[in-house]
Amino acid sequence: MFETALTSSDLLFLAQGAGMTLIVTAIAVILGTILGVVFGIFRFQVGPWWAAPVTFVLDIFRSIPLLIQLVLVNAFLGMVLRISLSGFTVACMVLTLYTSAYCAEIVRGAVEAVPNTTRRAARSLGLTWRQDMSYIVLPLATRVALPSWIGLALGVMKDSALVYIVQVTELLKSTQILITRLQEPLFLLLICGAFYFIISFPIARFGGYLEKRWSND
Amino acid sequence: MIEIENVRKSFGSLEVLKGIDLTVNKGEVLTIIGGSGSGKSTLLTCINGLEPINSGRIVVDGTEVHAKSTDLNKLRRKLGIVFQQWNAFPHLTVLENVMLAPRKVLGLSKAEAEAIAVKQLTHVGLADKLGVYPSRLSGGQQQRMAIARALAMSPDYMLFDEVTSALDPQLVGEVLDTLRMLASEGMTMICVTHEMKFAREVSDRVAFFSKGVMAEIGVPQQIFEAPRNPETAAFVKLTQA
Repeated sequence: MFETALTSSDLLFLAQGAGMTLIVTAIAVILGTILGVVFGIFRFQVGPWWAAPVTFVLDIFRSIPLLIQLVLVNAFLGMVLRISLSGFTVACMVLTLYTSAYCAEIVRGAVEAVPNTTRRAARSLGLTWRQDMSYIVLPLATRVALPSWIGLALGVMKDSALVYIVQVTELLKSTQILITRLQEPLFLLLICGAFYFIISFPIARFGGYLEKRWSND
Repeated sequence: MIEIENVRKSFGSLEVLKGIDLTVNKGEVLTIIGGSGSGKSTLLTCINGLEPINSGRIVVDGTEVHAKSTDLNKLRRKLGIVFQQWNAFPHLTVLENVMLAPRKVLGLSKAEAEAIAVKQLTHVGLADKLGVYPSRLSGGQQQRMAIARALAMSPDYMLFDEVTSALDPQLVGEVLDTLRMLASEGMTMICVTHEMKFAREVSDRVAFFSKGVMAEIGVPQQIFEAPRNPETAAFVKLTQA
């Protein structure tokens, strides 16, 4: 197992895969979080009845396996709408919506956790709804949401392995390509796992750091 | 001047205010006493428009609070309110808690807002707590911070909703002292309270609420020593026993 045919150019190939994983994840998490905040606040603000259509769509993205979503959206865009988009674009779109669906739930729960009496105090000082949201509700909700959000971001990073199905060569796909050539599956998967860990660990630690800092309030 | 005319307010089928008529003049200290559920706290939240009313009207310095055209955020700058639960903003320091509204609502610069906040916090005896987070303060200190926060908007009226009810007994005194100080400075105040001794000492008038009706209003001496309404008499007797 420790005698390997792995060359430095193979390692570079893996690193490129890791880079793709990182890019797809970053796009999905950033855009998905922005959308998730909008959807989450919308759901909280208008109540369950008016939010029902949005909730329904988000539930679809939460309950259908990501792999199926990728295949179906790709086929729908290509064959029905006849829009030709790169696999990368489709992967980012689907993963963004998938992230936003989970993020909306986290945001809604976190906003609900801000005590009504605190908001009342803010409004009674003359703050508008917007100011109350920006300076009181969202900062407090962020503290509540952070642990779940970090979990979501790490989850999306790992789930992004599935975008190989729309021809995006990310970390796991690169590993598989090398496995086919070198026939050293265990060793290569070990390296692949190490790459995932190197990406995840700082994110998890950064979350832990923020949590600790905010708990000092 | 705050004019309250025949105000009715219901929560669902429960009518908590059954036609209140009351005028509070500039510079006056009015306390409202009465049992729980008598509608006295609800009246305060109606005065600054946090709660809608079903009928009647409330006019603050000529502005009808519940009229559609009224800019409530603007009106609330005139009306400071402090609640039973002090509601500190936990993610902001004491200084930032008090600076927030002057900066964002009044649009003051950071330096101006800070000067006001420091002045008000010094006024309520918290000058040494500026950089501290509210969770490090006692209940009495948090409540005084809430008072400073409301005062920082230079309101014309201050509404106090049972501000000592959630405090440990040994912390009540420091908050009441702050209210006494404001009263002596000529602030127009409406205080809903269960502190009878305080009501008697600082009030220009005392109103007794019972079951959504203002049963009696008068100078403290009359209310506490010669109540005309038998319910007032019973309440006063009970709370002074």
